[in-house]
Amino acid sequence: MVQDRYDIVVIGAGPAGSVAARFAAENGASVLMLERDREPGIPVRCAEGVSHNGIAPFIDVDQRWIANRIDVAKLHSPNGETANMYNNGLGYVLERRVFDTALCELAAKHGAHLITKADALDLMWENGKITGVKYKYSGEIRSVKCDIVIGADGVESRVGRWAGIKTAVRLEDIDTCAQHTLTDIDIEKDTCEFYFGTKVSPGGYIWIFPKSDNTANVGIGLSGHLSHPKGPKTYLDEFVQKRFPNAKITYTMYGGVPTAATLNEIVKDNIMLVGDAARQVNPITGGGVVQAMIAASIAGKVAAQAVKEKRFDVKFLKEYRKEWDKRLGKTQKTMFLMKEKFINMKDERFNRIVEFCQKIPRDKFSLKALFTEAVKGDPKLMMAVAKAFIVSKIKMK
Amino acid sequence: MKINRELCDICGTCVAVCPVDAIIVSEFRVDIDNEKCTNCLNCLKVCPIKAIEEDE
Repeated sequence: MVQDRYDIVVIGAGPAGSVAARFAAENGASVLMLERDREPGIPVRCAEGVSHNGIAPFIDVDQRWIANRIDVAKLHSPNGETANMYNNGLGYVLERRVFDTALCELAAKHGAHLITKADALDLMWENGKITGVKYKYSGEIRSVKCDIVIGADGVESRVGRWAGIKTAVRLEDIDTCAQHTLTDIDIEKDTCEFYFGTKVSPGGYIWIFPKSDNTANVGIGLSGHLSHPKGPKTYLDEFVQKRFPNAKITYTMYGGVPTAATLNEIVKDNIMLVGDAARQVNPITGGGVVQAMIAASIAGKVAAQAVKEKRFDVKFLKEYRKEWDKRLGKTQKTMFLMKEKFINMKDERFNRIVEFCQKIPRDKFSLKALFTEAVKGDPKLMMAVAKAFIVSKIKMK
Repeated sequence: MKINRELCDICGTCVAVCPVDAIIVSEFRVDIDNEKCTNCLNCLKVCPIKAIEEDE
């Protein structure tokens, strides 16, 4: 049964929300998750690619939510050349429909409560302090009291705005995306593919993430400042028409990916933001699932500790910010600087990068080599990339 | 600003770029509060399906 008071209310039951709820509940807090839609994970707005190393710390890998395994990344330059990358570790294409529910089940197993079709409307305040959440459920306005609100409400987040946090991003800092799931197509099952170039996908890229030997998520992300007036759907349809003229579409979706740096403010008195809501996506790849889970695990633990010590002030909750910066802050910052370059890169540059990649021996070709080449001519950024990769390598171990 | 509900996929991309918190997404619809809206056109520019139009 739903209580009218919890230690923590989490708004949004995607990976960010459910992992935050799980870690908070596991560490002794009472937690309620509010999910606006009828089911977590639906509608899917995701390319569904993740690395094994990224998700394994948070949930036992289960074939129920893995569509396919990926070993190779193929890069396509604007002039039609390709380079294959083999050393990025095992990747998966998920079934987010199943994955998100599995994460919620894990949170529930640790004691968190969940309500679906519960649309958060506003924060409740008393004497200038956040004291709960107002939400709509079955056409009825309800309220729930709590000491901490965790906003995990995605790219369209409003929780932060309610608390007076500046969450709006610049057009340069959002990718506007379209994706078809295609079937009856000719692809290599173990290979994800990326197409770059100002004519194909200005300021972004097209991806092909195979879900089986003849189906794939085929999508596009354009930098928000270069998208208008054509928009991602037109670019994507042109690409599909050329590369997969006989494809059939089984699913189409649209969405936005924040490629901003993490917000300056991700905590305030009685409130924390996680995942897309906190703009914690990798700005260059647009990947956000793993970043969200890392942030949420930290936030959940800090929130539970706050409950134990009855300290809900920003000073205490800031521990989450500190830990996030330690874990991923530097990498995110470097990726953001790279993105600033990337969104205005010329086709010749992409051509040269892929040409360079073709010459790297197979066993030496990794993301680091790629990024290092991409920032050539900018020694400061090169150093930052090298450092970011050293840091992430240490953390992997 | 005006939303073409036939096109809108309720993805929420517009909300992230709204500088004045004039856009609300619920499970089945997106609403723009034209009292708050400053006509900056950010939402129109990033909408992936071009479902946002200027008022005449």
